[in-house]
Amino acid sequence: MSEQIPAESEQTPEGSVSRRTFVAGTAVVGAVATAGGIALVVDADDAESAAAALSATTGRVSLRVNGEQHTATVDNRTSLLDLLREQLGLTGTKKGCDHGACGACTVLVGDRRVNGCLTLARKVDGAEVTTIEGLADGDDLHPLQQAFIDHDAFQCGFCTAGQIMSGSACIAEGHIGSPAEIREWMSGNICRCGAYTKIVTAVQQAAGRQ
Amino acid sequence: MYPFAYTRASTVQTALSLGGRGGRYLAGGTTLVDLMRETVERPGSVVDIDALPLRDITAVAGGGLRIGALARMSEVARNQLVRTTYPVVAQALELSASPQLRNMASIGGNIMQRTRCTYFRDVSAACNKREPGTGCAAREGYNRTHAILGTSEACVATHPSDLAVALMALEAIVRLAGPGGDRQVPFGTFLLQPGTTPNREHDLRPGELITAVEIPAHPRPLVSGYLKVRDRQSYEFALTSAAVALRIQGGVIRDAKVAAGGVGTIPWKLRAVEQALIGRRPSAELWTRAAARAAEGAQPLRHNRFKVQLLQRTVERQLRVIGGTR
Repeated sequence: MSEQIPAESEQTPEGSVSRRTFVAGTAVVGAVATAGGIALVVDADDAESAAAALSATTGRVSLRVNGEQHTATVDNRTSLLDLLREQLGLTGTKKGCDHGACGACTVLVGDRRVNGCLTLARKVDGAEVTTIEGLADGDDLHPLQQAFIDHDAFQCGFCTAGQIMSGSACIAEGHIGSPAEIREWMSGNICRCGAYTKIVTAVQQAAGRQ
Repeated sequence: MYPFAYTRASTVQTALSLGGRGGRYLAGGTTLVDLMRETVERPGSVVDIDALPLRDITAVAGGGLRIGALARMSEVARNQLVRTTYPVVAQALELSASPQLRNMASIGGNIMQRTRCTYFRDVSAACNKREPGTGCAAREGYNRTHAILGTSEACVATHPSDLAVALMALEAIVRLAGPGGDRQVPFGTFLLQPGTTPNREHDLRPGELITAVEIPAHPRPLVSGYLKVRDRQSYEFALTSAAVALRIQGGVIRDAKVAAGGVGTIPWKLRAVEQALIGRRPSAELWTRAAARAAEGAQPLRHNRFKVQLLQRTVERQLRVIGGTR
């Protein structure tokens, strides 16, 4: 597999290359090939390679989601959130702000809770992802899912998938010593309905069961 | 978001080669992806450096600390070596962002994160940092959260990092790898004040990559901590903050490292406060007298005059917390 990036383009003061500059002026590209874990860089200066660089704005991603292997071709701009929702049909994960501010898109990559909206899909190639659809064990709800029902810890429900994914990680991390600690470690998940009190109670209950 | 080419680098050498050709380094992506979506950032090519072996957190001879540039904020914050040697670093990290973002964002990226000035992020607004020469909408606009120190006619945006405030206080060193070889830069000169070129934010040469941040071994005993004052109790940027480290021996302050956040165009080293502390005995009066010098040179704007006193009080409170003596 090889990919190309533009070379010797004009640099902005930040060291980046604008696409406009690239499209207008680039005839020289560097082709990068990875073989046996050793990365090589090969120079190419023909128009064919330049054209290939222009088309390299998509790529393939292979990942496991909720234990199931998926492979998809994505535009490099695609977020993990959009990959899940638009291409894999897993719409349980919600798009709130799309800026990493609300937490509605929270999923686990490995055992880490992350914002799916700020995670480029290309970055999770080879990763293990868990979404709200994968939290229950068959028909047995995850203790936190059950606790949300028991305590009526939601109103409109839009933030709930993110709250539960984040809360399950919060419990696994052990940040459950007090309601104040839970609040602090759940602060990346916004609930516009204001169900925070019950969300904290639900996290406490689920933490106690584990 | 504009289309871009994406390459994953597996070695530092490859990354430097790609970076030297204009590729933009991407680590956690929490700043860059967000700003690309807003079209504030428009890299034509992105080099994913996540797989590079730059994540170790190690002790440096004599009690210093080296933090790999790709260590995650959450990893560093919970690291026992960090928590015991420089608690101010762990505290600054845990008071930053959200647990999700701290799981994603790297240490190098944290230092490189760009301002939260709303005019910078709004591509329809005048902003010399984003588009040199267009002016500064914040100067005459709503500037409650903006800087009072280190500002210029061209820019009044604050640097948003909490970690960087701790690194400034502790006089850290930034280790760099580049096409021209390795070098190291004192943190105090790594981030640049805006002057007439607010688009230039750091002393990085084209293609250079942050490989680690190193905190020197300051003599012990050293007590340190971070205080952050903000509009919300959590998940919010600082209005003011203070990173303080004191070495008190024999009832006398032998050394003081103090910096402030939320008030400067870069994290602001408070040398006048440090000088007012060193060689003196801790007392409530000393904290007040020293903290009074925290805002020296401040040039408040229309909506952020409150920051002058808030900064002094933030520093005073944290001196009291770290130095004792109520």
